[in-house]
Amino acid sequence: MGRFVVKRLLSVVLVLFAISIMTFLIFQAIPSGDPALRMAGRLATPQQVQDVRQQWGFDKPIYVQYAKTMQKIATGSVESYTQQLNVLDEIKRGLPATISLSVGAGVIWLSLGVLFGLLSAMSAGKFLDRALTVLSLVGVSTPVFFLGALMLYYLAYKLALFPLGGYVKFTDSPWGWFTHLLMPWFALSVLFIGVYSRVLRSTVLDTMNEDFVRAARAKGISERRVMLRHVLRNSMIPVISLFGLDFAAVVGGGAILTESVFGLHGVGQYAAESIGRLDVPPVLVITMLGASAVVVLSAVLDVVFAILDPRIRL
Amino acid sequence: MATTDTGTEVPSAISAARPDDDAPPGIGPYALAWRRLKRNRAALFFGGVFALIVVLCLLAPFYAKHVAHTGPNANHLTDQVRVGGKLKDVVTPGGIPIGPTWHGRFLLGADGNGRDVAVRLLYGGRNSLEIGVVATLITMLLATMIGLAAGFFRGLTDAILSRVLDLIWSFPVVILGVALGVALAVGGLNLGLFELKGNSLGVPAVIIGVVYIPYVAKPIRGQVLGLREREFVDAARVQGLGNVRIMIGEVLPNLASTIIVFIPLIIANAILLEAGLSYLGAGVQDPNPSWGTMISDGIRLIPSAIHLTFVPGFMLLFTVLGINVFGDGVRDALDPRAKVRIER
Repeated sequence: MGRFVVKRLLSVVLVLFAISIMTFLIFQAIPSGDPALRMAGRLATPQQVQDVRQQWGFDKPIYVQYAKTMQKIATGSVESYTQQLNVLDEIKRGLPATISLSVGAGVIWLSLGVLFGLLSAMSAGKFLDRALTVLSLVGVSTPVFFLGALMLYYLAYKLALFPLGGYVKFTDSPWGWFTHLLMPWFALSVLFIGVYSRVLRSTVLDTMNEDFVRAARAKGISERRVMLRHVLRNSMIPVISLFGLDFAAVVGGGAILTESVFGLHGVGQYAAESIGRLDVPPVLVITMLGASAVVVLSAVLDVVFAILDPRIRL
Repeated sequence: MATTDTGTEVPSAISAARPDDDAPPGIGPYALAWRRLKRNRAALFFGGVFALIVVLCLLAPFYAKHVAHTGPNANHLTDQVRVGGKLKDVVTPGGIPIGPTWHGRFLLGADGNGRDVAVRLLYGGRNSLEIGVVATLITMLLATMIGLAAGFFRGLTDAILSRVLDLIWSFPVVILGVALGVALAVGGLNLGLFELKGNSLGVPAVIIGVVYIPYVAKPIRGQVLGLREREFVDAARVQGLGNVRIMIGEVLPNLASTIIVFIPLIIANAILLEAGLSYLGAGVQDPNPSWGTMISDGIRLIPSAIHLTFVPGFMLLFTVLGINVFGDGVRDALDPRAKVRIER
């Protein structure tokens, strides 16, 4: 177990280093034109551009540029030049909304995905299975920002069932927090419910043909217990590993579309607003932190699963 | 993997050749798949819906010229249009655009700049579909090459290529798209021979094409790892064929069914990602229309002009749904025993 953790940790460090290089390349090396001009934003004066060039080291060789960029991010002194705000502070401010959104949505999509997948597999070929298959295909085909706009128009504006977007802190009003997040949670979950229910359906159908299931039935265990304790438990492994990756991606900024359509003022919306201003520093930092979050979170989840299921340690 | 009667393992492309109960002997795997697909009415119907949308979008210039008498970027802010005998402002002095007129001009209404929504919808669809198809070509071409090289040569080549794929994989898809979009929106891309302007449609196509490479290259690599150990590869090598000829002549044809299954899946996801990036302003740039930019413009005018969100939104939904259902049918037809799995 200890060896597994150390090995996983070592690879995380290497991948994080690679991520930092790749992000640096995306913003500084691949695009043509003066990087200082891009970084300083559209309305910058020549003096400001000169300052940016100095601060980020754009007049120096490329490895100095990389070192300076990393130093600025690590010390938290990256500033958005179009707004004169510290990027890291803005990200910290958005974090509670993003985490509330991802945790709630994760709970919904995992439980509904498993429920629908199991129902679909148990009624394979029948009407319910077909209906759920169609629903899941519609789910994976619906753009989340379009779904969000429809929800806001019908449920919030026309029927006034929910507030019209925005985010309320849990500490300010738990009920307000809940009602403001209910629509975003479901909008974000729809895609994943579609994916998960289909993955689970196929693994459940495979597992149902296994010998140990026949043995369990032969012992006279009730069908319900066979499905829940024997089939479902063994079918959950691919779903759980999928969940680790998807959940990490959502925390790492993958919910940018949901956040911006519902105006949740999370990290994703901060990125979305920065794109509108072509404000490069926030997008750079969020990209790097987002990918790092994915790597670190999935490593943590790997370790947790390794504790739960010894087979993974191999 | 399926098992033949003799007990040897065969990859899915070949298992499709195993005669079905109702198939006459001697029929090829693809003819058999086509037969199965023809029986799947839902897949054919949705494939038809997608084909219809493609044809309509290709007819955009014709519609613009002969029916709507305007272009995709022409403003009619101060114009009036006759609806049911009455003259109406295209955009009211309060800034509210006209809804669907169900006539030749402004069939689906106007947008905030007084542009004809139906015309923009068709032109935008052309852009969205074009980006989706070009991005898919880029993904499939590069992913097949990378997957082939990594799986066939193994060793150092595989180690390097796989690490690069893992690296791309660790970025959330939308975030990577946004990062590349923002980085390239101003200066464009310049790789010596290959140059793209910042506002061209090529930029989102290249971005989306690159983002999806790992999702295709990894499964292909896995399949090549299995294929290269098979007898026909040994036979080709004994005949004195070189690596490149073995890869292209012997291994590649066996990847065909995997590649075919991925194409509709990647087109659907590419169109969705294009819409998402354009919605965020990191995809198609003004004044080029695309379904994503149209929805993004429309959402700003909710609730006064909901049709601006509805029209492109449902068009996008039906297009992607059409490809997805059809692609699902293609997968079932090529390998009925294949697991129902969505590789993302």
